[in-house]
Amino acid sequence: MRLVLPPTLHTGIQRYLESAFPNEGGGFLIGRVDNEDRIVTETRFVENIFETEEQYHRYLMDSGAFQAAEDYADANGFTLIGYFHSHPDSPAIPSEFDRVHALPNFIYLILSVQAGRADHSLVWLLADDRSRFVPVAFEEKSSIIQGG
Amino acid sequence: MATIKIPTPLRAYTAGHAVVTVSGTTVAEVLSDLAAQHPGLKQHLFEGGELRSFVNVFIGEDNTRDLQGLVTPVKDGDTLRIIPSIAGG
Repeated sequence: MRLVLPPTLHTGIQRYLESAFPNEGGGFLIGRVDNEDRIVTETRFVENIFETEEQYHRYLMDSGAFQAAEDYADANGFTLIGYFHSHPDSPAIPSEFDRVHALPNFIYLILSVQAGRADHSLVWLLADDRSRFVPVAFEEKSSIIQGG
Repeated sequence: MATIKIPTPLRAYTAGHAVVTVSGTTVAEVLSDLAAQHPGLKQHLFEGGELRSFVNVFIGEDNTRDLQGLVTPVKDGDTLRIIPSIAGG
């Protein structure tokens, strides 16, 4: 399995999560499944609604954001592939909080933001037994027709 | 009977079906029937018999956590939906 993400969308994620620093930010990855690959065609930025004073190490979406993104994907023949969020001044390694709250079959792109600048992105998938995350290959590829 | 919409990541356990017909008179009974029909869902919905903290079950526009939780009544024809809380840290 690979996650394929156009560089323009990756750059957009980087700029958005830099703007959220020193807090965490996040959003959805929407696209299609091609054999085992997940092809991102668009992203959706979603506000962090966790308690303000905890946002430096916690991220939470409003349930309405999931509903809207899933309805949009279902109605337009796309797939809600996964979500991205930042780890301010921390490596892009899933935390225990990430694992406990994770869904299977859902891509987790984590971006490490160091001192306000995007540093590195890593991509993960929850193991089916929920015991751990496993790394997913990540490819930036521009030859993709982007949606919406 | 009611219907319940399955979130995209969990449709791998319902043979790709987005909506499943379920029976039961409470949220707990509906989820029990859902898990009986699709056993692979169980570990992702429940932990030690309790609904996982990030799993929300809506009836219409109402989160049943804000109603009576798992004992919230379900009527014939109700439309339920599982909406996970997306969180990280």
